[in-house]
Amino acid sequence: MSTPPRAIDLGMMACHVCRQVTAYTEDRHAHCPRCGNTLHARKHASVSRAWALLVAAAIFYIPANVFPIMRTQSISSKDDNTILSGIMELWRAGSPGLAVIVFTASIIVPVLKFLIMGFLLVTVQRSSGMVARQRARLYRFVELVGYWSMLDVFVVAILSALVHFKILSRVEPLPGVVYFGIVVVLTMLSAMSFDPRLIWDNRKSQ
Amino acid sequence: MRPVRHAPFTPICDHRERPIAAFDRLDGMQRARNLIVCEHCDSVYRRRSLARGEVADCVVCGAVLERHQWLGVDAQFALIFAALIVFVIANVSPIVTLGLSGMKAATTLWGAVIAMWNDGAQIVAFLSAMTLFFFPLGQILIFGWVLWFARKGIRAPGFPLAMSALVRVKPWSMIEVFMLGTLVAVVKAHTYFDVVPGAGIWAFGFLTLLITVFSSLDPRELWDLTVETKA
Repeated sequence: MSTPPRAIDLGMMACHVCRQVTAYTEDRHAHCPRCGNTLHARKHASVSRAWALLVAAAIFYIPANVFPIMRTQSISSKDDNTILSGIMELWRAGSPGLAVIVFTASIIVPVLKFLIMGFLLVTVQRSSGMVARQRARLYRFVELVGYWSMLDVFVVAILSALVHFKILSRVEPLPGVVYFGIVVVLTMLSAMSFDPRLIWDNRKSQ
Repeated sequence: MRPVRHAPFTPICDHRERPIAAFDRLDGMQRARNLIVCEHCDSVYRRRSLARGEVADCVVCGAVLERHQWLGVDAQFALIFAALIVFVIANVSPIVTLGLSGMKAATTLWGAVIAMWNDGAQIVAFLSAMTLFFFPLGQILIFGWVLWFARKGIRAPGFPLAMSALVRVKPWSMIEVFMLGTLVAVVKAHTYFDVVPGAGIWAFGFLTLLITVFSSLDPRELWDLTVETKA
């Protein structure tokens, strides 16, 4: 089967918001005739924006993991948990199955996002034609699973609201959870800034 | 679901598909409506109608181009109305109740937001309020608004703005993550407390189901199903 033509080669482009197909234009202020949003063939400053947000996310990822995210207090004890120690406690005391889910959402997904986004950005900057289809699939994976990392943040929010038994027992959020929330938002923004069309542009080899 | 591939686009009019005279009478915008561009790799295809359960994949990058819209506008409106009712229940009823030696504590979604705000995690409170309340509620109301008018085949006032908002807000709605988070929190709390699930947790569960249904629908189809009314 022959490869379909690309919009940019046919002098066309599609609105990124409503998908309306229009004639190609270089004009930065051109608007979609249908939905009125700004038209652009490729996302603006895609690579530098995605890099900046990714690096910012990686920086915040350090305090997110080093600082505790939650304090469990009772009359006799005070217990601060980081993301990792919380998972280990869940593994021991609660349910190993859920511990695996939380580990996937809080550790594996963010780390994979850093690695995959970094890999996609480097290969796009080198105009690599290598494994384009697989890279496209990696990008869709990052887009699909990215927001599931908010899991731990919501767990802390619910527990803090629930466990409010005065001095008997109390759960409080600690700064780590704020950093972690910021990391998730930054990685999502980084993935959204990246334009997957670049994977298929200017390839040196087929 | 059987994956289906779109016929590759040819820039010249295909005589077998429609008389060339009729094609010429269409203005550029209508002609462009017959084309679809892959959002992930920029490949151009000629659109064709999909049968029930069919999904059109891009042959170049493998992304989904278009799914068959298996629910009509009326059915979508009914579902969004159901979602609104369930959303209200999910927000006013307690999610879970904890018991500790005779004392009881319950929380709603807003209880969680307020607790985070008061305990010094304002950023998390803000994120939770946006991703679990304002964005999902906005999605339901805006989608309901355009669907109400789309039932009569017309575009609602503010249609372009509403449609753009739907596309932009979509990735930031995180009800299903919250649902899983609630389950994790229940299991964690269960070690030390008596846990009684409230109506809220069922409502969030039902919302998660509805969201799965809506994720197979593309509101952008409404651009083709409605016509602009001359005001």
